[in-house]
Amino acid sequence: MVDVLVIGGGNAALCAALMAREAGASVLMLESAPREWRGGNSPHVRNLRCMHDAPQDVLVDAYPEEEFWQDLLKVTGGKTDERLARLVIRASSTCRDWMRSHGVRFQPSLSGALHTARTNAFFMGGGKALVNAYYRSAEALGVKVRYETPVDRIELQEGRFVAAHSGERRFAAKACVLAAGGFESNREWLREAWGRNERGEWPADNFLIRGSRFNRGVLLKHLIDSGADAIGDPTQAHMVAIDARAPLYDGGICTRIDCVSLGVVVNREAKRFYDEGEDFWPKRYAIWGRLVAQQPGQIAWSIIDAKAVGRFMPPVFPGTQADSLAELAHKLGLDEATFMHTLDRYNAACRPGHFDHTVLDDCATSGVAPAKTHWALPLTTPPFFGYALKPGVTFTYLGLKTDEHAAVHFNGVPSDNLFVAGEMMAGNVLGQGYTAGVGMSIGTAFGRIAGTSAARAALREGQHV
Amino acid sequence: MSEARVIPIVPLGAAQAEVERVLTICNACRYCEGFCAVFPAMTRRLSFPAADVDYLANLCHNCGACLHACQYAAPHEFAVNVPQAMARVRGETYADHAWPAALGALYKRNGLVLSLALAAGLALFLLLAVARQGSLWQAVEGGNFYAVFPHGLMVSLFAPVFLFVVFALAMAVRRFWRGISPGAASAEAVGEAAHDALRLRYLDGGHGEGCNEADDRYTLARRRFHHFTFYGFMLCFAATCMATLYHYLLGWQAPYGVTSIPKLLGISGGVSLVIGTLGLWRLNVKRHPAQGDAAQRPMDRGFIALLFLTAASGLVLMLLRGTPALPLALCVHLGAVMALFLTLPYGKFAHGVFRVAALLKWAIEKRQPNTLGVGE
Repeated sequence: MVDVLVIGGGNAALCAALMAREAGASVLMLESAPREWRGGNSPHVRNLRCMHDAPQDVLVDAYPEEEFWQDLLKVTGGKTDERLARLVIRASSTCRDWMRSHGVRFQPSLSGALHTARTNAFFMGGGKALVNAYYRSAEALGVKVRYETPVDRIELQEGRFVAAHSGERRFAAKACVLAAGGFESNREWLREAWGRNERGEWPADNFLIRGSRFNRGVLLKHLIDSGADAIGDPTQAHMVAIDARAPLYDGGICTRIDCVSLGVVVNREAKRFYDEGEDFWPKRYAIWGRLVAQQPGQIAWSIIDAKAVGRFMPPVFPGTQADSLAELAHKLGLDEATFMHTLDRYNAACRPGHFDHTVLDDCATSGVAPAKTHWALPLTTPPFFGYALKPGVTFTYLGLKTDEHAAVHFNGVPSDNLFVAGEMMAGNVLGQGYTAGVGMSIGTAFGRIAGTSAARAALREGQHV
Repeated sequence: MSEARVIPIVPLGAAQAEVERVLTICNACRYCEGFCAVFPAMTRRLSFPAADVDYLANLCHNCGACLHACQYAAPHEFAVNVPQAMARVRGETYADHAWPAALGALYKRNGLVLSLALAAGLALFLLLAVARQGSLWQAVEGGNFYAVFPHGLMVSLFAPVFLFVVFALAMAVRRFWRGISPGAASAEAVGEAAHDALRLRYLDGGHGEGCNEADDRYTLARRRFHHFTFYGFMLCFAATCMATLYHYLLGWQAPYGVTSIPKLLGISGGVSLVIGTLGLWRLNVKRHPAQGDAAQRPMDRGFIALLFLTAASGLVLMLLRGTPALPLALCVHLGAVMALFLTLPYGKFAHGVFRVAALLKWAIEKRQPNTLGVGE
C-alpha cells in the first residue's frame, strides 16, 4: 500500500507530493487531466506573493509581514483566518530556496508589471515551466503519477481516509492529500450558486473560465456531502473582466482587458456603472468581473480613444475600431443616442489636470455619476476602440475548513490522515477579493504542510503496524 | 547621418502571418520574457510588420524553452509554437534575401543527399584528374600534397569561391538589415552583440541551465556542441590563414610539421568540429518534433554532414599522408571542402550571419528609449 496518495496535479498537489516524498513516504499522485493538460490552473499562474524584510534575489526593497497581512485584510474585508493567513505569509518568505531545489526558476519582474517587483517573485517562463519542473523533480524522486485518473469519491471511516475511487479503480493509502482544485469549470454548480437575477437571467451562464476545464469540484462536493466542514461562499471567486471573445476554458492571462482605467466602461444599455479610475488597474482588476456579472446580459464594453494606445498591455484580440463615437456605438450594437449621451456627459465632465497614467493623477470628472476619479481624459481623438468584456472566473473560494496542519475537519474534529491544500482550502485565507500571487502563496504553503502532515501520519501508522 | 525608420508596408507571407498571430498572443502574456531577447524586443512593439517579423525570427535561437513553458501551446486552441513559427520565417528570410536572388531557391535543395553528392562528385572529379596522370595511388615524399595539386592550382580553385561566399552573404545580410534600420551601432552595442554571439548567450535558457531539446528538461548540450562546431571551424580557418601567411609572407612551404602552428590549429579545430557535428547531428535527430521546422532538417543535416566530412577527411588526410593513399585522401578532402564552401551562402551557414545581424539590431534597439508605456 502506498503511504501517501495525492489527489490533484497542480502546484499544491506537487508541493505536497514532493514534501511527502522528501519525508520518506512513498507517494502516488492522481491527476484527472491527460498529461498535456496537467497542472490544473497552475500553468496559468505567473508569480508568488512573498514576504521579505530586505531585498532578495528578484525582489526589491522589503515587504514585511505586517504589510502583507494588511493587504490581505483589506482585499478580504476581514474574511480570513488570521492564524492561517500569517502562516502563509511567513512561509512565503522561506519557500523559494526549496522551490529552486526542485528546479523552479525566478526572473526579474516582467515589463508591464514593474510595480510588483517588490511584492511578487515571477516564475521564469510562468506557471507551466514551474509545473514542468515540479513533475520532473517528482518523477526523479520516485513519485508515481497517474494521469487521466479523476477521483469521484473517497472511502472514509470515522473521519479517516481509507481509499479513493476513480470509476472502477480503487486506490488505498495510509494518508491522503486532497488538492483537486475548485469547481469553476462545473457549469451547473456555478449556475446554482449564482442563481437567477431580477432580470430572469442565469448570470453564471455567461461566465468564461480562465483556467482548467478539469476543475469540476467533484471531490469538493463529495467531501462536503460526506460531512467535511466547509468554509466560504460559493459565489466568491477570483473574477476579472476579460475579453468576451476569450475561449470558454484556459484563456489565461492574455485575455485580460487592461485599458479600463484609461477610458470608460458602458453596459448593454450604453450607460456607465462604476468609477473606472478608482485605482490602479492591478488593484481594481479583480473587482470588474463581479461588476460586469451584475450588468444586464453580463456584458460591458471598455471604450478608449487613440490617446490610450501604447499605454496599456496589448490585448490579444483587436478592438472594434471606428473613426467616430457614433460609428463605434453602431459597430458595437449599442443604442447610439444613449451611448452619445453617456459619452458627451462624460467628456464634458472631464476637468483639466495633469494626465499621468503611472501615478494616481489629478484628472477627474466633476458633475457626472458615477465619477471617474483619475485619468479622466475626454474621449475625443479618433480612432476609437471598443472591447467587449465578460466575467472570467479564475478560481472559486468555497472550500474545506482546515487548520495549521492542513487537516480536513469533520464536525470540528481534525482527521488523522486526510489533508487538504490549494484551491480546495484557499477560502480559509481568502474569503473574498484577491491580491496578485497570493493564490500561489497559499497553495505552496499549504501544499507543503499537507505533504508533511500526510507523510507523518502515514509513517506513524507504519510504525504501529 | 541617421536614417529615418520607415517600415515599408509589405503584405505578410503565410509564415510571417503565423509569427504575427503568435506574437500578438505572446505580447499579451509575456511570461517568457526571461528566456531570451525575442520577448523583450517584442514588448517594444504593438504590431508586427514583415520586417519586424524577419528580425525577431532571426533573433530567435530556436531554444524551445518558450514552447515547453507555453500555456497556449497545443492542444490549446491558440496552438502557440514560437520556435516553429520563427524557424519557418527564418528559412524564408535566408531564401528571400539571398544574393543573387535567383539562387535563393537553392535553400530548398541543399539536403543531406545533395550535399554529399556534391562532395562526392567534386572528389571524383579530382580523382579522375589525378588518375589521368597515373598518380592516384602513390606515396609522396614528405607527404607533400602540392606534388598532387600544385599550390597555385588550389589557390585558383578556392580563392574565387571563398570571395564569392563572403560577398554573397554580405549582400544578403545587407538586405535583411535594411528591412529595419535600428540606428547607429555604438561600440558598446557591437561589443554586446559580439559577446552574445560568441557565448551563445540565448542558449542558456535565461537561467544558465540551457535550453530544451527532446523534452521539457533543460540541457546545455546544444550550446556546447555548437561551441565545438563553431570554434572548431574557426580554428581550421585560422590554420588556413596562418598557412597562407607562412606561404606568402615567410616563404615557408607546406607541409608543416605536426607541432607547427597551422598544424596544431588544424588538428585541434578538426577534432573539435568532429565532436561538435556528431553532437549536433544527434541532437537534430532527437529533437522534440514540435520544435523547429521539420522541412529544414535536410538543410541542417546537409550542412552538419559537410562540416563533419570536411573535418574528418582532413584528419584522415593527416594520418595517411605518409602512405600511398595520400592522393585519394586529398581528393576526398578537397571535394568536401569545395562542396562546403559552394553551399555556404545557400545553406544553414547563413543562420550565423543573420543571427549576428539580429543580435546587433537588438543591442542597438535596447539602448533606445522605449516609446511605449504599458506599465500596469
